Amino acid sequence: MEDFNWKEYLKDSFISMLWFSLLLFPMLVMKITVKGGMADVTYRWGYLVVIPVSAFILSALWKYFRERQQGGDKADKRGEIAALFRRTFIENRTVKKVSIISAILIMAFYPVFSGMYNTNVMISALIYIMLGLGLNIVLGLGGMLHLGHAAFFAVGAYTYGLFFKYAGQFFVDAGISTGWMFWIALPAGGIMAAVFGVLLSLPVLRLRGDYLAIVTLAFGEIMRMVLQNWGNVTGGATGISLIPRPWLFGINVTPRLAAVYIYYIVFAFVIISIITVSRLENSRIGRAWEAMREDEIACQSMGIDLVRNKLTAFILGSVWAGVAGVLFASQTTYINPDSFTIWESILILCIVVLGGTGSISGVILGALIIKLLPEYMRAFAQYRLLVFGLALVLMMIFRPGGIIKKVRKIYRFPLDEENDAAAEGQN
Amino acid sequence: MDYFLKLLLSGTAKGSIYALIALGYTMVYGIIKLINFAHGEIYMIGAFVALLVGGTLQSAGVNPAVILVVSTLAAVFFAAAYGLTMEKIAYKPLRTAPRLSVLISAIGMSMFLQNLVLLSQTEKYLSFPSFLPEFLFLKPIRGYINSTQFIILIITSIVMVLLTLLIKFTLIGKAMRATSQDREMAQLVGININSVITVTFIIGSATAAIGGILICSYMGQINYYIGFIAGIKAFVAAVLGGIGSIPGAVLGSFVLGWTESLGTGYISSDYEDSFAFIILILILTVKPSGILGRKENQKV
Repeated sequence: MEDFNWKEYLKDSFISMLWFSLLLFPMLVMKITVKGGMADVTYRWGYLVVIPVSAFILSALWKYFRERQQGGDKADKRGEIAALFRRTFIENRTVKKVSIISAILIMAFYPVFSGMYNTNVMISALIYIMLGLGLNIVLGLGGMLHLGHAAFFAVGAYTYGLFFKYAGQFFVDAGISTGWMFWIALPAGGIMAAVFGVLLSLPVLRLRGDYLAIVTLAFGEIMRMVLQNWGNVTGGATGISLIPRPWLFGINVTPRLAAVYIYYIVFAFVIISIITVSRLENSRIGRAWEAMREDEIACQSMGIDLVRNKLTAFILGSVWAGVAGVLFASQTTYINPDSFTIWESILILCIVVLGGTGSISGVILGALIIKLLPEYMRAFAQYRLLVFGLALVLMMIFRPGGIIKKVRKIYRFPLDEENDAAAEGQN
Repeated sequence: MDYFLKLLLSGTAKGSIYALIALGYTMVYGIIKLINFAHGEIYMIGAFVALLVGGTLQSAGVNPAVILVVSTLAAVFFAAAYGLTMEKIAYKPLRTAPRLSVLISAIGMSMFLQNLVLLSQTEKYLSFPSFLPEFLFLKPIRGYINSTQFIILIITSIVMVLLTLLIKFTLIGKAMRATSQDREMAQLVGININSVITVTFIIGSATAAIGGILICSYMGQINYYIGFIAGIKAFVAAVLGGIGSIPGAVLGSFVLGWTESLGTGYISSDYEDSFAFIILILILTVKPSGILGRKENQKV
């Protein structure tokens, strides 16, 4: 710390203090209300103290972290500690096994020792884990920035909703419990999402990077607009209500028991998704996706069929979202287009990016943070999008891999490892 | 025919506002190959600042002409300042990062700015008092074009001419063109890339702020969310014309404005916003380089 330059820090922080005070003055200090054509401006002078102080501190922190990020030798030392940590805790098989088993056990008995409210919150977090895992296939493995994930979520939810709306009466007339409809809608939702995935793939397959992002975004918005405006079919902005819960041996269950039941269905699906995605990751197609993400041209010249791989990534991602949509509809029993806006897609993007692009444990952690934090910290809920937006920016700058970085599989010859160990010993 | 002409004129007014926003998009994209998602937010912030400053002056009983000038200047200044700061914080540290990271950072910035305004101001639609003057000589043809539309057309044309002159004939314009053609080569011949990018952001944000004031005066209302949709539409316009090309952005904006206005007039007003998206999907499927764009080959 001997070359710590106080003067420069003070100068920079002072300048940014003045700059941000000016910049945020109209937004934070002034507040406008318009009444009867006349604008009325009120002032919140308290912010005039808050802004400079926080700008001063944040700017110093920013400068410090940026310098630390760029500085070489100190980073190496921290890298060593991180590597030691990784070796002892994350890559250690026993620790891994114990933590996975305990996590599964806790989650498996969660609804037993928590109330209905907590169970419902956890169900929605689990549904978002599924959504995140679906997007993780497209974004984390395939490297395609997909901003219309919520549209497929909507396809699943509306498949169930519309199926109930139009075929529900038939089931009632035939004397079959409407709870059965869930089990028909579940695969149907997945299939419908796959069909829409193929539809979207038609224009998307030729595009890359930012164009792909904007087209998927457009697709999501068109979907929402159709759901909203095609009122006589989809129920319009009011949506569809009274969607039946899944069937449980014909028992007329209390809402509490129904929540527990849905919890276990969703939980089973999350487990299935985790296993499938981790199997996919290490399969031939998973490696093809990762190659595609790194370099499309190199990938093509290695004989990988880009179109087919992109299509499978897209369809698989969509199917996951579709199934999650059916689960969502059965949990809330009420759906409307407001649940499937572009911000929902971006929230799912946040889950993947903040948690760790491509890493399954990262996505799980991301979904838990993003769904549970605003739920249990009510004061924070209002600011969640503000904070998540800022977190996206900071994450990209300071930790592009996410909270839990994806650990790349490295194949090593035993001989190399010995050499490495010897080299480390010499150092 | 009468109805058609009316729709065409209102489409032209709309298109010229999109053009003001699309110019910023296309300039930034031309130089750093980034879809600046937060560009629409800058435009919204510009309009909000104009409303705040205009409102303050209005309650102080200042002459409308002075209000117009001062609030426009303030809006342009603040939009440029936000654009500059945003570039410094969210994009500059990522100059060598993969393009996907910069795009995600841009989405984050857009989310942040939108919610900043939502939380610090209001989530309701505010009526935006028009500070623009009424022209008496337009009275006979008021059915076709009103004063606001007329002013929009005039101001957009002036801004576009100025921008074209700036890019064609000034030193910084030359530097900008060089940077957009080949960033490394430009750096080698002594162009300061960072200052070129900063200037691009400032100019783009300032034009967006002018667009913001005009569209809010035209629509008569403002909300924290207007930036997002307008930003996406302007982006569609830029892609339609061929992203990176300035005449392309203008042409694309007019095509989009006409399509929207004719589409809402003849088909359905419920789907007003979706015309832009449908055009986008079509153009990217048929001719991804846009109307005036050059085809870019992917390099290894």
